[in-house]
Amino acid sequence: MVKRFFERFYVLIIFVLLYAPIAILFVLSFNASKSRAKWGGFTFKWYGELFHNSDIMSALYTTLIIAVLSATIATIIGTVAAMSIHNSRKLPKMVLMNATYIPILNPEIVTGISLMLFFIMFKINLGFITILLGHIIFNVPYVILNVLPKLRQLNKHTFEAALDLGATPTEAFFKVMLPELLPGIITGFLLSFTFSLDDFVITYFVKGAGINTLSTKIYSEVRKGIKPEMYALSSIMFLTILVLLLIVNKRSEKQEKKAAVKG
Amino acid sequence: MAEEKIIDLMGISKSYDGNIVLDNFNLYIRKNEFLTLLGPSGCGKTTTLRIIGGFENADSGKVIFEGKDISTIPPHKRQLNTVFQKYSLFPHMNIEENIAFGLKVKKMDKQFIKDKVKYALKLVNLEGFEKRSINSLSGGQQQRIAIARAIVNEPRVLLLDEPLGALDLKLRQDMQYELKRLQRELGITFIYVTHDQEEALTMSDTIVVMNKGKIQQIGTPEDIYNEPKNAFVADFIGESNLFDATMLQDELVEIFGVKYPCVDKNFGINTPVDVVIRPEDVNLVDPTDGITTGTVTSAIFKGVHYEMTVDSFGVEWLIHSTKLSQTGTEVGINVKPFDIQIMYKPKGEDAEAVMLDE
Repeated sequence: MVKRFFERFYVLIIFVLLYAPIAILFVLSFNASKSRAKWGGFTFKWYGELFHNSDIMSALYTTLIIAVLSATIATIIGTVAAMSIHNSRKLPKMVLMNATYIPILNPEIVTGISLMLFFIMFKINLGFITILLGHIIFNVPYVILNVLPKLRQLNKHTFEAALDLGATPTEAFFKVMLPELLPGIITGFLLSFTFSLDDFVITYFVKGAGINTLSTKIYSEVRKGIKPEMYALSSIMFLTILVLLLIVNKRSEKQEKKAAVKG
Repeated sequence: MAEEKIIDLMGISKSYDGNIVLDNFNLYIRKNEFLTLLGPSGCGKTTTLRIIGGFENADSGKVIFEGKDISTIPPHKRQLNTVFQKYSLFPHMNIEENIAFGLKVKKMDKQFIKDKVKYALKLVNLEGFEKRSINSLSGGQQQRIAIARAIVNEPRVLLLDEPLGALDLKLRQDMQYELKRLQRELGITFIYVTHDQEEALTMSDTIVVMNKGKIQQIGTPEDIYNEPKNAFVADFIGESNLFDATMLQDELVEIFGVKYPCVDKNFGINTPVDVVIRPEDVNLVDPTDGITTGTVTSAIFKGVHYEMTVDSFGVEWLIHSTKLSQTGTEVGINVKPFDIQIMYKPKGEDAEAVMLDE
C-alpha cells in the first residue's frame, strides 16, 4: 500500500518536473501583465498580436510550407529507399542500415554545420531551398525506419502473387504493396512533418539571411528581449506538436494491436 | 492418356552465386496430368516451378508452353497461376476481393466476377465467406482461398509450391484428396512441388524425383515405389533396406556373403550393385526355413504393422509385418526373388547426384 503510494508519487514528481516549465510558459501566455512575476489578469491579447505581426506570420507560412514539402519529399524518397534496402543482400543491407541510423544519432549541430559547409562549397545560396534540402535529409531516415518493419511483415511472395494474377508490376505496386505499407508511410510522414516544424539547430545553420522559420524567429526575438507574444507562439507550437505526436502514437498502438491479432 | 505436351522444359540451367541449382534440366508435362516434383530441400524443385511461373529466368534453356517459347515473357502475361507456400493472400482485402483480384485486373464484367467468385468458393467448400476478412480464417481455410484465387482465372496450368506445408497432419491428408478432386473436376494440369513423399504418392499421376538439380527418376507412383532406379530414389521414397551387393550372374545376387535368387538379368558377372528391399517384403520365418538367420533387436508397434529390426551377422534389416516377433527371438529371413530390386551403382559425376543427404 505504502509502496504503491511512493511509486505513484515518484511518477507524479517526474511529470511535474517535466511539464512545469511548459505549464509556466502556457500560463504566462495568458498573462495581461508584461511582468513575469506578476499576474495581471487573463487575456488573449498576445495571441491577437501574434496574428497581426506580419514577420511572425511569414515565418509561420515558411515553416508550414517547408514542413509539408520536406515531409512529402522525404516520404517518397524514404519509401523507395526502404524498398531497395529490404531487397538488398546481407552486406549492402547492413551498410545501408547503418547509414540510415547515423544521421539520427549524429548531433544536430554537426549535421547543421556540415550541411552549411556543403552548401557554401557548392555555391548554393542559403535560403528557402537549403532549409528544405536540410529538412528532407534529416527526415528520410525516419521514413525508412517506419516503412521497413511493414516490408518485413509482408509475405515475400505477395508482390509475386499479384503479378501471377495478371497485374503489371506498376499495378501490383499500387494495388497490393502500397496499401500494405501505407500505415508505415503515414507514420513516417507525420513524424517528418513534426520534426520539420520542430527543428531549430539545422535550420539555423542553413537558413541564410532574410528568411525565418518559427523556431529561428523566436530565437532572434528572444535575443532582443522576450515579448509575451513569444510565449503565445511557443505555446501554440507545443500544442501542435503534442497533437501530432498523439496521433502518431495512437496509430502505432493500433497497428501493434492489429499485428498482435495477426500473429 | 493423351500424349499432348503442355509444357516442355528444354535444357534449363540455373545457378546462384556459382552454385548450380539446375543442371541441363529436361522435362515435359502432359496436358491434364498431376505432376509432382519431389525431392529434398535444395534439390531445385522450387526453382523449376519459379522458372515455369516466370519469377526466375533460367541462365540457359527454354520454357515451351503450348508450343510457344515463353522463356522471356513476364509472369503477368503467362497463362499460369501459382499457389504460394505461405498463401500470400492480400491482407488488406476481404476474401471476395482477394479472389476477384485477377479478374478485376483483367477488367472483367462485375456480374461475371461475382458469379465466378461464388463458384470458386463453392469449389473449395467455403460458400458464403465473401465478406470475411483474411485474418479470421484458419490456415487450412486460407490455403483454400489461395487455391480459389488462382483457379478463378481459369489457368491452363496450376503451379503449387508446397501448399500444404504449413498445415497439420490431419488437415494435410484431407487437403490431398481435395486437391486431387479439384484437379479432376477442373481438368487442368497441376504441377506440384513437395518434399513429402507420401503427398507425392497419394496425388500424382507422374512423380519426378529430383536431387541436386538433376532428375533421378520419372514415373508413376507405383513405378517409383516398386522399381526405384537408384539408391537415392529408393531411400527417399518410403523406407527401405539398402545394401551393397554383388550380382554373381543372371538371377543370383550376393548380399553380405549370402546368395539370394532374384529376377534381374543382364548385369554381367560379379558386378557391384545396389540392392533395395522394402521392409514389408521381408518375411520372417522359422530359422530353419530362412535364406539367412538373425536375432530381433527391436520391435515397435506402429498401428497398422510392427516395425522390427533384425541383426543378421552384423547386417541390420528393417522389417514391417503384422505379425510380431519378440525382441531376442531367433528368426529366419526370406525374400521372394521379385521383391529384390537391383540397381546399378552410380558412376562418376552421377555418383555425387545420388549421394544420400543424411
